[in-house]
Amino acid sequence: MKKRFLFISCEEAKHICDKRQYGESTGWERIKLGIRLMWCRFTKAYSKNNNKLTDALNKAEVDCLNRIEKEKIQKEFEQELAKHK
Amino acid sequence: MPKHQLDPNNWIKLYSDYLFNYTITRVSSREIAQDLVSETFLAGLKSMANFKGEASERTWLISILKRKIIDHYRKINSNKGKAEVRINYNSDTDAEGDWLEERVADPFDKTAEDTLENSELGDAIHDCIGKLPEKQAEVFKMKTILGYDTETICNELDITASNLWVIIHRARTALADCMEKNWF
Repeated sequence: MKKRFLFISCEEAKHICDKRQYGESTGWERIKLGIRLMWCRFTKAYSKNNNKLTDALNKAEVDCLNRIEKEKIQKEFEQELAKHK
Repeated sequence: MPKHQLDPNNWIKLYSDYLFNYTITRVSSREIAQDLVSETFLAGLKSMANFKGEASERTWLISILKRKIIDHYRKINSNKGKAEVRINYNSDTDAEGDWLEERVADPFDKTAEDTLENSELGDAIHDCIGKLPEKQAEVFKMKTILGYDTETICNELDITASNLWVIIHRARTALADCMEKNWF
């Protein structure tokens, strides 16, 4: 029982790792992930790639349109497009 | 037969985020960037007849956008003197170094190469996001780029939190693979 309490599956570890990228993992989850990272090379590889992706996203400071902004552009464009048809 | 063809029906879906990201790094105002992207699509529509098919749709739209950005700066700098850069000897602060040499830019600050590299990295990320299935791309952008919280996304897209994390996981795995091939 105690073992299950501390040792998590690879899937759960990946899920915690994903949540961690958004600052949404709890302290206890991070401890469990840390234990898994000590011995599971698959979790370690996933975690490394995941962190690398987050670093790249932060470095590039990518931005995009939100749904309302996109819909506004779409609406204006469709009106104009209709004139061209 | 031309190498590339235009399909304006898909422009917003395929290129709006890419063009917006390109613009926002150059004009630093969301509203202006949004207007410039919108104007670019409309201008593209009007000048479709001039498209020779040598460049890709995206490259062609970017070339229109570049002109729109230049026009924007021309317009805001049209009042004479607005664009002048004034650098003065500074004696009105308590700071010890009031010579220009002592006020040079921080060497650890972003250089032109850093900015260029980050812009190319941004392009690579957008290219990879463009390869994701539509739903995955939408959830990923809302969560990661726009920074919406889980509850907001779930309400807006009518999905459960566990569903969202599954989508995020798939998107991140695909993106990491794509970036590994194209960038890292």
